[in-house]
Amino acid sequence: MSTVLRVQAPSLDADRPRRLSSALTGTDRVFAVGARAVATTVLLVTGGIAFFLALQSVPTIRRYGLSFFTETGWQPEADVLGIGAVLVGTFEVAMVSLVVAFPLSVATALYISEYAPVRLRATLTSMVDLMAAVPSIIYGLWGFFLLQPHASAVALWLQRTLGWIPMFAVDADPNAATWDQSRYTASAFIAGLAVAMMVLPMACAVMRQVFGQAPQGEREAALALGSSRWGMIRTVVLPFGRGGIIGGTMLGLGRAHGETIAVLLIISPAFEVKPRILEIGTNTVSALIAGRFGEASDAQLSALLTAGFVLFLITLLINTLAAILVARSRSGAGTDA
Amino acid sequence: MATSLTPSQHRDEVDLRSLRAVQATTLRSEQEPVDHGPDQVRRRVSRATAEERFVLIGSWLAGLALAWIVCRRLMPWPGLLPLALCWFVLGLLVLAVAAALTGSATDVRDRVATGVVTSAASVVGFALLSAVVFIFARGAKALPHLNMYVDDMSGVGPRDPFTRGGILHAIVGTAIELTIAIVVTVPLGIGTAVYLTEIGGRFARVVRTVVEAMTALPSIVAGLFVYTTLIVGLGVQRSGFAASMALSVMILPIIARASEVVLRVVPAGLREAGLALGSSRWKTVWHVVLPAARPGLATALILGVARGIGETSPVLLTSGTASFVVTDPVHGVMNSLPLFIFSTVRSGEPIYITRAFGAAAVLLFCVLALFVTARLLARPVRPRRRQSLRHRRPHPDQEPS
Repeated sequence: MSTVLRVQAPSLDADRPRRLSSALTGTDRVFAVGARAVATTVLLVTGGIAFFLALQSVPTIRRYGLSFFTETGWQPEADVLGIGAVLVGTFEVAMVSLVVAFPLSVATALYISEYAPVRLRATLTSMVDLMAAVPSIIYGLWGFFLLQPHASAVALWLQRTLGWIPMFAVDADPNAATWDQSRYTASAFIAGLAVAMMVLPMACAVMRQVFGQAPQGEREAALALGSSRWGMIRTVVLPFGRGGIIGGTMLGLGRAHGETIAVLLIISPAFEVKPRILEIGTNTVSALIAGRFGEASDAQLSALLTAGFVLFLITLLINTLAAILVARSRSGAGTDA
Repeated sequence: MATSLTPSQHRDEVDLRSLRAVQATTLRSEQEPVDHGPDQVRRRVSRATAEERFVLIGSWLAGLALAWIVCRRLMPWPGLLPLALCWFVLGLLVLAVAAALTGSATDVRDRVATGVVTSAASVVGFALLSAVVFIFARGAKALPHLNMYVDDMSGVGPRDPFTRGGILHAIVGTAIELTIAIVVTVPLGIGTAVYLTEIGGRFARVVRTVVEAMTALPSIVAGLFVYTTLIVGLGVQRSGFAASMALSVMILPIIARASEVVLRVVPAGLREAGLALGSSRWKTVWHVVLPAARPGLATALILGVARGIGETSPVLLTSGTASFVVTDPVHGVMNSLPLFIFSTVRSGEPIYITRAFGAAAVLLFCVLALFVTARLLARPVRPRRRQSLRHRRPHPDQEPS
């Protein structure tokens, strides 16, 4: 008789769920507030830069109007300021670098992900990353001292063979007994070659990553159907990596637009819209800022800031498009082809 | 059992069994001669045969020879670069013809594509190698002298030999500027990353968007911003401090974004385990998430620093140049490695240019060292043997005594 039976009926009160509180307490609240404060600071600093640049360009645009973007001269003493020439120069340098870097980076990414022995792959990947970490001034020295003599010979050859295209024309006699080498140096072409060395690793890294994600099953299917390695790459890897190819290239393009020191070392500044990329003299927005900030008055400084803001907007636009393209290719939407 | 029988016995047994069964299946009465063919050695598919290798190497050599004839004998194209370009085109041509002799059009396309991809990759490798070797080779005259690393350039003229003067002031300046930049950016950058991953919310999305957008800021514009606000606006002197502010502005978004990526891949299970054990969110972050992400965070930081150490343009606008050692970051101009390289190269004096290459070699060495460190840190840590558990295994209760 050790068990006692309960006589009373159990109370039938429904279980009420315990009230959960999601409010933070103690150190957590300090942590949340502190983290938010840090993030706000960073937001204010970084956003403040963009805001400041935008604010500074207002007086410039008000003063010079839209002709600021088309005026080619930069003559502070005559109150003529414009970024028409430097914008064109920036695009020219970026385009040359892209034309050189695009095929090379696609091929290098393909080589690393498809052709290289598996043992070497990790090493080659870090070589590409290392290439991205090499400072731009090193590439500037390389381009100026090592590449320039060879590249000017190529420029001469291009002028001789393709000189009838205005782009490859040079204001010098190509068939002179001793060719005037100095006319073929310090050009957008050579600056673009040096910048290509910086564009290449960025583009290549993105492409390699996307190529590596091409579905293994489809690769094996292509090979099992008797495709050669190139056939497999053409039908599986390249269509899958299309977004990555475009996105990576544009990411590199963003870097190419903002590059300063290598360009500044190589070019000789010229303020004119010049379609002849092989000829001496060109200018870019960043080289303009680096060359002219020292003697600038307040108004010129704000004009330089406007130029910087325009450059920032171009880079931002390119990077955003690139990020969208890369993200879309990773989610697999680019595999329809 | 059946497997151990010879084929004839096997057939007999099967015959007996089939007789007992319904006569639906007709059996093969005699063994068909099986043609095994000659003794086959399995070919290794992944490796090229000797013939393929011979054709490949031979084609490129033939291309080189043809290119030499074209560039040196037929056409007036001096220099190495035209020769290399001709070699590339003619080598591919020979390769295509050689492939067409034995294979189909598909083979030709495959060979040519392989040739294009491989040679383009080697061009890139060669370019990187040439840049590194060239910098070290041109600076070799300046590098072996000890005074290069312990002296500064004060009172050293453009004609002075390499036994006088050095780049100590540039090294010290770079170190000071980077230290300040790191002290400023690391707490801010990692704090932002922690906020974005651990707290989140609508505000976090705004912060993430802005930080990502600001990675697009060209370094020269960062320098110009600091120049306009600090130096022109607030009247701060051109100094190491201003330079490090410019560097901070430039690398802050890079570090914040890279650390966010690192923190995001910390497994959610670790976080949940920490919270389930009753620790507060702050303790979870401090004792679980951040230690788990430590190698990745270190890599992000080092890559940001490697980017900052070589940037010339922000420093060019903000620090000014000094030819002597300056240790006070707030007062007076300060030099740094990239700036020293840039200004001495521009002087055009041959000895100065060699000094600049020496400094570039030192800079490149720093970047290489940082890069290798980052790679080593990023490697997954091998699981160590649990010494503590091993010691404890003979439990006192179970010990025979």
